[in-house]
Amino acid sequence: MAKVLMKGNEAIGEAAIRAGCLNYFAYPITPQSEVAEYLSKRLPEVGGVFLQGESEVAVGYMIFGASGAGERVMTTSSSPGISLMSEAISYIAAAQCPAVFVNIMRGGPGLGGILPSQGDYFQATKGGGHGDYHLLVLAPDGVQEAVEMTMQAFGLAEKYRNPVMVMGDGMIGQMMEPVEFPDDLKTEPTNKDDWATNGMSTRKSKKSNLVKSLFLDPAELNQHNLNLKAKYEQMKKEDVQYELYNTDGDYQVLIASYGTMSRVCRTAIDMLKAEGIEVAMFRPKTLFPFPEKQVHDAAVKDSCKCVISIEMSMGQMVEDVQRCVMGKKPVEFYGECGGEIPSPEKIIEIVKELIG
Amino acid sequence: MGKAFSKPEVMTDNYTHYCPGCTHGIVHRLVAEAIDELGIRENTVGIAPVGCAVMIYNYFDCDFQEAAHGRAPAMATGIKRVRPDMMVFTYQGDGDLASIGMGEIIHAANRGEKITVIFINNAIYGMTGGQMAPTTMPGQRATTAPAGRDTAQTGMPIRMANLMSEIVTPGYVTRQAVLKPQMVNKCKKAIKKAFQYQMDNTCFSFVEVISTCPTNWGMTPIDALKWAEETLLPYYELGDYKTPEDA
Ligand SMILES: Cc1ncc(C[n+]2csc(CCOP(=O)(O)OP(=O)(O)O)c2C)c(N)n1
Ligand code: SF4
Repeated sequence: MAKVLMKGNEAIGEAAIRAGCLNYFAYPITPQSEVAEYLSKRLPEVGGVFLQGESEVAVGYMIFGASGAGERVMTTSSSPGISLMSEAISYIAAAQCPAVFVNIMRGGPGLGGILPSQGDYFQATKGGGHGDYHLLVLAPDGVQEAVEMTMQAFGLAEKYRNPVMVMGDGMIGQMMEPVEFPDDLKTEPTNKDDWATNGMSTRKSKKSNLVKSLFLDPAELNQHNLNLKAKYEQMKKEDVQYELYNTDGDYQVLIASYGTMSRVCRTAIDMLKAEGIEVAMFRPKTLFPFPEKQVHDAAVKDSCKCVISIEMSMGQMVEDVQRCVMGKKPVEFYGECGGEIPSPEKIIEIVKELIG
Repeated sequence: MGKAFSKPEVMTDNYTHYCPGCTHGIVHRLVAEAIDELGIRENTVGIAPVGCAVMIYNYFDCDFQEAAHGRAPAMATGIKRVRPDMMVFTYQGDGDLASIGMGEIIHAANRGEKITVIFINNAIYGMTGGQMAPTTMPGQRATTAPAGRDTAQTGMPIRMANLMSEIVTPGYVTRQAVLKPQMVNKCKKAIKKAFQYQMDNTCFSFVEVISTCPTNWGMTPIDALKWAEETLLPYYELGDYKTPEDA
């Protein structure tokens, strides 16, 4: 297919349709409302379901209901909205239903601002809702990847029967870029007979299905959590995604960065290279499962003096980087989070300071 | 001679966990009979609430989803919108529906979701041990209102059926009770009608049922029935509050 110029938010909406998701429930919030605006027009054209819920709290359960009933379903929101959906996300993870949540992050905490941020890393990867659960979190670095990851997300959600989050930021949602919709990411929903509450008449067994998260027996709840844990371990083995940039030669510094921020880092790395300074980048494309071994291996390379995590937050992913580097190299941090994205010049300045 | 009385097909053989004299069991049976008589079991999905009826799915052999406290109408919306051919009902207590889930129920009704809501009003929080509900009567004791509900601090009990009938979107809203056999029979008719409206894709349907909680009211089952009749019914008047034909 030829490339088309699209705004990130609209491209995400179109990607969902192309991945076979015809059900969308949402509540408006800047900087992602264009997804809902786009789909309110597009979904009726393709015979899909569009509903603006009364709140993110309700939308979370509309998603839960629809996914429990075995249908492919998505919502999009931004940081404060995701906080409100976190209750449902915990229940959906517990009930093992597949659903796709897109978070186009804005500055926080609280109302924060409406400009891009990466301040929801902790919320997305370490919880958000209550209990021992994880989301599979995909972090695109632009409109093209936002499309690809949105399309992948449905298959992954169904593979694991787990909510999947596509986590971009206001920059990705608002900017326009040429984008190509891949056909080969179109997947088919898996067999729902074992679990979906889509009516006993739909299945051969005629057995009733139950979607629930209550386990009052402690042994049963423990086993349930062990089963969930096994699933997260499987994600770590089978679905880690990452990118290494400029790691072939001898680099002095390894930058860890993801999403929009990684694009600025890439520019800075190219500019430094022109000056004869070699810097590499590790970019997780899945924030959970985190590419633990890959960042470790890139950091321990002999030439590498130190690692620096550069984020549009006050230091969140850096904790995972530190954890994985295991003290073998110093791990530094630089971040801004008022909504302005650090410039390549700023990154160059920081790197130069680091190498003295 | 044929059987005069038998268990509805959609009910399982499990014993219910409800306290002696609790009317949740009666309402379960009425819902089950309605499902059987309408022949809708195979494409029905129920939504379990948070409250004493959280394990309702142990007593029904049809598909069920379990919602968080108050969110059943939103969950039902999600199911019904993506599978309009399914029969979707929620079964909720007064803490669930009239307190934490007030937003969800009002908006589901206002959108005219073609779902059926069975609302158990026992004027108290049952499962968590008798705390005050929005439906608790003035002066009624609760563990969080030890001196009795003080309406100067907490307002008057919310009359959900009355409130729901104010919604302009067409719907079926009725208040019933299960305190006497005649009331039980009427309640059964209302529940069946509520499902029928859904089957015919007519409107949102809401059946409030005045029930008892002998345990948390601190009464014998007999006294609880009497207290409900004398204290609850004058404030929570029975009858149809709204039918789609009114619109
Ligand atoms: C979010 C949330 N808050 C609080 C609770 C605790 N809780 C469980 S049941 C219940 C009250 C239920 O009362 P009601 O809905 O009236 O049903 P009943 O038990 O009387 O049938 C509460 C507050 C919960 N489970 N979830
Ligand atoms: S606590 Fe009350 S509502 Fe709950 S089962 Fe016992 S009597 Fe019924």
